[in-house]
Amino acid sequence: MTSLWRRLLRNPTGIGSLIFLVLVVLSAVFAPLLAPHDPNTASAYDTLSGPSATYWLGNDGSGHDVLSRLLFATRLSVTLTGETLVIAAVLGIVAGLLAGYYGKFFEAVGAAGTSLLQALPAIVVLLAAKSVLGPSDFAAMAVFGVLIAPAFYRVVYSAVSAVRGELYVDAARVSGLSDPRIIGRHVLTVVRAPAIVLAANIAGISVAISAGLDFLGLGDPAIPSWGGMLNDGFTNIFTQPLLVLWPSLAIGLTCIAFALLGNALRDELERVDAAPKRRRRATPATTVTVAPAAVITHDEAPEKPGTDLLVVQHLSVGYGSADGSVKTVVEDVTLTVRRGEVHGLIGESGSGKTQTAFSILRLLPSGGRLVGGSITFEGRDLANLSEKQMTALRGKKIAYVPQEPMSNLDPSFTVGSQLVEPMRLHLGLSKSDAKARALDLLARVGIPNPGRTYAAYPHEVSGGMAQRVLIAGAISCDPDLLIADEPTTALDVTVQAEVLDLLRDLQRERQMGMLLVTHNFGVVADLCDRVSVMQSGRIVETGPVRAIFAGPRHAYTRSLFEAILPDAEARGALPGITSSGTLGEGVTA
Amino acid sequence: MTETLLEVRDIVVDYPVKGFRKPPFRALGGVSLEVGPGECVGLVGESGSGKTTLGRAVLGLAPVTSGSITYRGREISRLRHRERRALAADLQVVFQDPYTSLNPSLTIEQILTEPLIARKTDKQLARRRVRELLDAVHLPSDAGNRLPREFSGGQRQRVAIARALALDPKLIVCDEPVSALDLSTQARVLDLFKEIQARTGVAYLFVSHDLDVVRYLSHRVAVMYRGEIVEWGPASQVTVRPEHPYTQRLFLAAPVADPAKQEQRRAERHRLLALQREQDEQMEINA
Repeated sequence: MTSLWRRLLRNPTGIGSLIFLVLVVLSAVFAPLLAPHDPNTASAYDTLSGPSATYWLGNDGSGHDVLSRLLFATRLSVTLTGETLVIAAVLGIVAGLLAGYYGKFFEAVGAAGTSLLQALPAIVVLLAAKSVLGPSDFAAMAVFGVLIAPAFYRVVYSAVSAVRGELYVDAARVSGLSDPRIIGRHVLTVVRAPAIVLAANIAGISVAISAGLDFLGLGDPAIPSWGGMLNDGFTNIFTQPLLVLWPSLAIGLTCIAFALLGNALRDELERVDAAPKRRRRATPATTVTVAPAAVITHDEAPEKPGTDLLVVQHLSVGYGSADGSVKTVVEDVTLTVRRGEVHGLIGESGSGKTQTAFSILRLLPSGGRLVGGSITFEGRDLANLSEKQMTALRGKKIAYVPQEPMSNLDPSFTVGSQLVEPMRLHLGLSKSDAKARALDLLARVGIPNPGRTYAAYPHEVSGGMAQRVLIAGAISCDPDLLIADEPTTALDVTVQAEVLDLLRDLQRERQMGMLLVTHNFGVVADLCDRVSVMQSGRIVETGPVRAIFAGPRHAYTRSLFEAILPDAEARGALPGITSSGTLGEGVTA
Repeated sequence: MTETLLEVRDIVVDYPVKGFRKPPFRALGGVSLEVGPGECVGLVGESGSGKTTLGRAVLGLAPVTSGSITYRGREISRLRHRERRALAADLQVVFQDPYTSLNPSLTIEQILTEPLIARKTDKQLARRRVRELLDAVHLPSDAGNRLPREFSGGQRQRVAIARALALDPKLIVCDEPVSALDLSTQARVLDLFKEIQARTGVAYLFVSHDLDVVRYLSHRVAVMYRGEIVEWGPASQVTVRPEHPYTQRLFLAAPVADPAKQEQRRAERHRLLALQREQDEQMEINA
């Protein structure tokens, strides 16, 4: 929070508007000292006179000093704005906290209340309130505060209900913190910032509204107000046009200052929000650090034939940062995938394995680009192809199976239409041919009822089924190379085994080359012919699977193997506890 | 048998389903289980099997429809807020995701003193305790002044473990505490769990989808499938020679990191699946 203030003070718009508003408040507070004349003393000789040495801004229609009245009117505006803000904030924030944190009853009441208030036409309600409550501006603005409270409610409610589901709030409850404490520590912190931004905007609105009411002549004529002065100026606009200028400036500049302050606050806040996103690319905890030494290459079995399908040579991928430097995430990677071979790319998070896969597909996230090396696929360098040529290649020659099946299917189209589209485009099939082929493929990937899945929307199928659908889509155009990025990580173990079986069968059946990105040595052992181990953007060891599993030579590879648990002994029962093994109905002997 | 620490009996958890007169979703259908002092009970199952719900029910974060959960002979499934808070010293939690289980805007010290504040511990004392805790989970003692985002996933999980340890609990519910971590980090965090158990005698209810992780850490293991426990016994039996058909499938589905062994296991799995399919068909015919 302190950093927000500090950054706001460094923001030119923020500091400018803040200084102006502080001046406004100061002039309101010290109005009796600053005003050269009594605001309510009229000088009959000086009605509508222009600026002079005694009356710096001139006199109004009744002969009051304009400057003094302006200063005293500022007091009214500031108090009214404060009143509106306090009422709206207290009502809206309390209701939003209750509804967001406790839900159920409070949520229903809150939703009904805000809808009702927002459905009321504010001006009509204010005019009606005026006629009932009399000319007092304070009563009218109190009503306005209630009317605008839903704005606070909405902001606070959505922030709180998002935080409510966070694990750290659950953890705080388990830690034994009381509800008020949890709200104070974990919930208010997220509410604070958006509420302050909103407060600045609402303050601007309430300055305008209170001035509007006074301009319409609905305010207390005994108290000087910006709106009232504006009204006087309009009455005398032909004799003394300057009279309109002063209150207009006061109203306009204050509103603008509030709006700009709100914008500056929001800009600075959004910059805070951007910071946590960076954490994903934070360097992971790796124990073993190695100097960029030569890649350890295990000897190949000589009888292995097969032509090179994909040859990646000295590939480097970098991300440009704001200061113009390039951060390399993949460095000097060389690997080959032969026809009919599965090449595993294994490494921990942040090792650059997914970046390597994406750069082969030329689908790097924004900011990322190839900074060196070549990617040769069937004799063509993918790095030099135009976007159009690459699009023609993707899906047809090179297919992709992602990690998160659900987020890779468009929720607003049926599974079938997403399968048919690429086939019609790449293979030029007719609608009915494409459908027949899609149904065949769905049956091929082991979906029990292809017709039903074809017509289903993505949310209607399970994660394992969705992955089968994506695999069906990937092989639909008979690709030569399949790039699978952690294809089973999001799946349950039993489903993973089925999907691995499927990938193996399809790969053998179609003699596809496959690049399998994974962090799981079991998956590599199950599926791959050759494997490359990646660490911090480099390949440290590569060779046939059996050779590497039999004798890992690089320290990092060895440390990964040591971290594998399967060979560990089961812990067995704790001494003193005799296992009953007879608990529950569902237990089978 | 020594005194049981936690006993879960025939617990049922229903979640209401949106919509008029729709039957509720049964997340747990009558589950029973016990945890002894200083013991680690593994709870293994796939997504949607109800293992996380069971952990949350023990913590009072999931609504219990029927059945009982007793902690040291005292019923805890229907406690009031205040009574539940008093239990915080004995029952703690480590969640799966080290990214969302720590408030990003609090420093590590603020996070660790949280349970202590709730007990109204003196500030000086709390600060000393934070240093002890950081030491216990092998984090540098100056970590207290830093924010969670400055730490890697494994280090964050250590902070979460330290927070759980702050009040010297008797039982920690661990909800997939290592599944978001890299392989090598995972092994080190698991060793930390073992080390802490050896030193403090805390019991774990360890929820995981990974049979290997559960085998490594647990004394006894319960296998969950569709809201029920299908197999329950010592880890050396359940995770090595499983008897229930589902556990057998689960056991053989996890690939081993050895190409030759994995080929064998794959063949075994295909045999088992064929056999189970045959048995199912037989049962259908008999029925």
